[in-house]
Parts: sequence; C-alpha cells; structure tokens
Amino acid sequence: MPRVSRWYLRTAWLHFVLASTWGALMLTYKAWPGLGAWVWRLRGWHLEAMLVGWVAQTILGVLFWWLPKLPGGVSRGPTGPVWLAYGLLNAGVALVVLASWGVVGDGLRAGRALEILAGLAFALNAWPRIRPLVRARPRSTASEPSS
Amino acid sequence: MPRLARLYVKTAFIYLLLALAVDALALMRVPGPLPWAALRPTYWHLFLVGWVTQMIFGAAYWMFPIVGYGPTKRGDERPVWAAWFLLNAGLVLRTVAEPWQARAAGPWPAGLLVAGAWLQWLAGLAFTWHIWPRIRGWYRRGRA
Repeated sequence: MPRVSRWYLRTAWLHFVLASTWGALMLTYKAWPGLGAWVWRLRGWHLEAMLVGWVAQTILGVLFWWLPKLPGGVSRGPTGPVWLAYGLLNAGVALVVLASWGVVGDGLRAGRALEILAGLAFALNAWPRIRPLVRARPRSTASEPSS
Repeated sequence: MPRLARLYVKTAFIYLLLALAVDALALMRVPGPLPWAALRPTYWHLFLVGWVTQMIFGAAYWMFPIVGYGPTKRGDERPVWAAWFLLNAGLVLRTVAEPWQARAAGPWPAGLLVAGAWLQWLAGLAFTWHIWPRIRGWYRRGRA
C-alpha cells in the first residue's frame, strides 16, 4: 500500500472513530435527554466526518492504491495533486464542522469549496489511470497448447 | 475471498435491500402503526452503516495488506468476528428501538436504543483494532 493511501486510510479511520462516538452520544441523547442538549451540537461533525471524512476519504485512498498504474506499469503518476487533495479534503471537513457550530461565519460554503477542489485535484491523478489493465509482458503464445 | 469477508459483503447486501425498502415504504406513507418520519434516520443508518460501512469492512479485511503468512496472514480474526456481531446486533436494536422510542417513549425502547448505539460503537473500535496494523506497505518475508 503506497504511503499516501496509508495517510488517507488512517485519517479516514480516525474520522470514523470520532464520528461514531458522536453518533452513539446523539442516540443516547434521544433515549435520555437529560444528557444535555449540547450533544445535538455534534450532529454537523457526525454527518460531515461520516460522509466525507470516512466514506469519501476511504474510497479515495483505496482508489489511488488500486487503480491501474500509468502505461508502463511502474508509476501511479504524480502524487502532488493527491497530497493536495488530502489537505484540501480534511481542511474542508474541519471548516464545515466549525461552521456547524457558528465559529466560522461562511465556513459551510468555504468548506464545501475546498472539498470540491480536493475532488478535482484527486481527479488530476486518477482520471488518466481509469483505463483497461495492460499486462507489462504479453503472454507468449509458444507455450499455449496446440489445438 | 475469505469466509469472514463473504459474511460481511453478503450481510451488507441484505442491508442495502432493507434500507431501500424502508425508504420506499416511508415515501409511500403506508398507513399503519409505524411513525414514518421517525424512520428517516433509521433508513440513513441502515444504508450508511449496514451497507456502506459493512461493505468497506468486508473489502478491507479481504484486500488490505497481510501481516504474515499462513492461516493467520490477516492477523487476529477475533476482533473482526466481534465487530460483525456487535455491528449487526447494534443496528438491529437501533432499527427496532428508534421508531419505538419515537412513538411510545419508555424505559424499554430507551434502553434498547442506548444499547444499540454503544454496540455499534464497540464494533467500530473492534474492527479498527484489527485493521490499523494492516494499513501499511506490503508484507515481505523476513521483514517486520
């Protein structure tokens, strides 16, 4: 597994653990409202971390790893845009979460914009790699059984 | 494809069908005792936890780098089994208790709802415990 995928996947799993903790607290609040209404303020974080931080980031991390390499079968292409996408995606999630608390005024739109840019940056690497798998060494016909 | 991965993926498909069925019934507002509005979060969690997360767990268990050779090449399977039981027990409890609590709040649905919440949480921790060491470069014989 390449290093950049390891970063995506480990960060995604951290989002998952945090988001599921907030989800469990919110569900507990539904049963016992005495827990305090503050719990419901975690809803924005729960949604964003689950959908973007966990699901989308896991898919991107696995895609970089599993998509066919570039012609020649050696390189997965430049990793610069993939690292940039990693930074933009997680900054976007953080901004959306802060906006859900009212900490950052226009954070929701800014966060979404960063997430869109992350998708575009990632596509710079992934798009040329979405192609048929080509074997590095064509199979020799000499060894095939004769009919 | 290992047995545990098959179990995860097949269970995930069942939840996909269940989630879509719940949403279809909710959209049709079928008359009956169920509070359809309260089923929206149930639908979302059947979809995202039962289908998406369970599919990710199954694929990750199957395809992530191994940590050894032989029958234990994927590491300790026990947390993965535990995660499957906890996740599905928690999700079923939630699916039953959430609309029940919305319609007739009481100690029973409340208790089941809380149990469902934290069983799912434990499932996430158990699977993370297993998968974390497997988010790594490929294993090579003789290397740690």
